[in-house]
Amino acid sequence: MLRQMEKVGLQYLQPDGTLTPEGEVAWKPIERPLKIEFYKWMRKIRLFDQRAVILQRQGRIGTYAPLQGQEAAQVGSALALNREDWIFPSYREHGVAMIAGMPLKQILLYWMGRVEGCRPPEGVKLFPPAVPIATQIPHAAGAAWASKLKGEPSVAVAYFGDGATSEGDFHEGLNFAGVFRLPVIFFCQNNQYAISVPFSRQTATETVAEKAAAYAIRGVRVDGNDVLAVYTVMNEAVERARTGEGATLIEAVTYRHGAHTTADDAGRYREQEEAREWVELRDPLTRYRKLLEAEGLWSEAEERDWEACCKQEIEEAVRAAESAEAPPASHLFAHVFADLPPSLVRQREPLLRQEEEK
Amino acid sequence: MAQLTLIQAINDAMRVALERDPSVVILGEDVGKNGGVFRATEGLWERFGDDRVIDTPLAEAGIVGTAIGMAVNGLRPIVEIQFLGFAYPGFEQIVSHAARLRTRTQGMFPATMVIRAPYGGGIRAPELHSDSTEALFVHTPGLKVVVPSTPYDAKGLLLAAISDPDPVLFLEPMKLYRAVREEVPEEAYEVPIGQARVVRKGEDVTLLAWGAMVPVTTAVAEEWAQKGVSCEVIDVRSLYPLDEETLVTSVKKTGRAVIVHEAPRTSGVGAELAALLQEQAFLWLEAPIARVTGYDVPVPMFALEDAFRPNAQRVSEAVRQVIAF
Ligand SMILES: Cc1ncc(C[n+]2csc(CCOP(=O)(O)OP(=O)(O)O)c2C)c(N)n1
Repeated sequence: MLRQMEKVGLQYLQPDGTLTPEGEVAWKPIERPLKIEFYKWMRKIRLFDQRAVILQRQGRIGTYAPLQGQEAAQVGSALALNREDWIFPSYREHGVAMIAGMPLKQILLYWMGRVEGCRPPEGVKLFPPAVPIATQIPHAAGAAWASKLKGEPSVAVAYFGDGATSEGDFHEGLNFAGVFRLPVIFFCQNNQYAISVPFSRQTATETVAEKAAAYAIRGVRVDGNDVLAVYTVMNEAVERARTGEGATLIEAVTYRHGAHTTADDAGRYREQEEAREWVELRDPLTRYRKLLEAEGLWSEAEERDWEACCKQEIEEAVRAAESAEAPPASHLFAHVFADLPPSLVRQREPLLRQEEEK
Repeated sequence: MAQLTLIQAINDAMRVALERDPSVVILGEDVGKNGGVFRATEGLWERFGDDRVIDTPLAEAGIVGTAIGMAVNGLRPIVEIQFLGFAYPGFEQIVSHAARLRTRTQGMFPATMVIRAPYGGGIRAPELHSDSTEALFVHTPGLKVVVPSTPYDAKGLLLAAISDPDPVLFLEPMKLYRAVREEVPEEAYEVPIGQARVVRKGEDVTLLAWGAMVPVTTAVAEEWAQKGVSCEVIDVRSLYPLDEETLVTSVKKTGRAVIVHEAPRTSGVGAELAALLQEQAFLWLEAPIARVTGYDVPVPMFALEDAFRPNAQRVSEAVRQVIAF
């Protein structure tokens, strides 16, 4: 067990819900509302996630990528960002997206196979999910570069998994960040599997964080199930980026509780014992809730009220997404180019005619 | 003989290849313990071990690039790219190296390998999982590109691809993975690369299709047969090299052609086929060649997938047009 913990990285909040001495130091200055917000977001995100899996089983949304187990990594990192900051997620960051200001309805639309779900509200600098692995990593470096060239204080964050660190785009993105000293944060949620392939098949190094050294940027490994430690580490990285000290690679060690997507069966490649240990002993919500309760910041009654409130919000979003008007076939052509070339106007013609006849 | 689905036939072809030839190896993401995300390699890792069925890091350039190195050093790699849309990180290795190594080394170090990739739409897959970009590869000299549409062909074509001395891109229509079962011989056999398959004989119009468009097109032919119009349906099957003779002979007989593919229209493989027929059967043509294709738009997310993919109604309308011309 001890050895496991060493591997897990910087930790402030232990699995039994007590703070380490450094944790005490980090905990004190955090404002009370934020302490509660950490938990509220994690709970809401988990409820959303569980609901989405059921919606998929009912055939109401398509294949879905669950995030259960990774809430602390997402909440802790996203709450350290501002509205001006750019976010480049993969397909599993629904939690980050919500915190950034993406309405639940939009997130659901995306998983209903509707491109409208890619578009955030005005002012939310959130990219659509990156489906090809690691491709968003250089984008984040580029957005950060632009901020730097324009003299703006915003930072950019790329979210990705451990598998992504094997792709060329990861190395190229980090290298640019090092060479041009960019205000970017590379946030790896090491959930220890890329679909079925374990972390030990992605790299022969013990950690992702140590790869930062090769690009002369800062690397940190943190317990990704410890929302307090993640928040602290991310805050530092953001601070450094904003003050011109360059990029950070953060490796948040976590675990996805369920399958890779709803089309996958994790039982084929993960030991039940291992999964049980992470789900039962290292759940990010349970651990943090113990701390909050011990500090008198959260109660059973508040839990019930918050759950009810989240569930209602989620159900409203489901209703809104399901009753959103279906796009006509001609929508295929809606945003392919700023001005549609004549050949595409011609291709669209029969569809428009059919739609008028209806 | 066993009744197999298309994906089981692919699995069976790889089993046969691994059994017969110790130099055959499979490499890719999730191909080992998990048996492939579509189960194409199911059971092979258990049976042949970690040195022959290899789970790799998540890196397509690395997978294709190392496979090239393996090939020149005596192995026969079968690469699985999880979805064709994820071949692009490895595109450089495919087009700049695998495809032209034979030329560049004047025959010294050919990249003898197979790259398998599921492709095409129709299964409500997430974004970017449903592209049909076969034209990119057909347009790359030095590569062979084949697409089976039946279980029997899948096994025979894959075995032919594995024994082929050149790099072969083997595209697997996901929509057909489990669509039908068919008798597939247990032993090894080859369906030669470079030969089209006549699915259905006919006199009045030739319908050309491949992959998941074959059943759609065949259904339309059957509909027209009821109305007294006889369509010849040809599964092109080998997109490069093309079976020019079968295609041209058929069109000379019928005088009319409709080409159906799922990929976008502009510079799609259909354009090449139309040019070929125009060059070789011009005097026999009684109507302009029609194309039914995806639109020139990014393959949409699945809510609009059905509007994008050619369906029976669009194919049928094209048949009507070439007949009425
Ligand atoms: C370039 C590319 N190759 C393959 C895939 C198929 N694929 C989707 S998710 C995935 C595993 C990703 O693992 P990781 O980067 O660890 O992220 P996680 O899913 O664990 O969050 C794979 C192989 C893809 N989407 N893109």
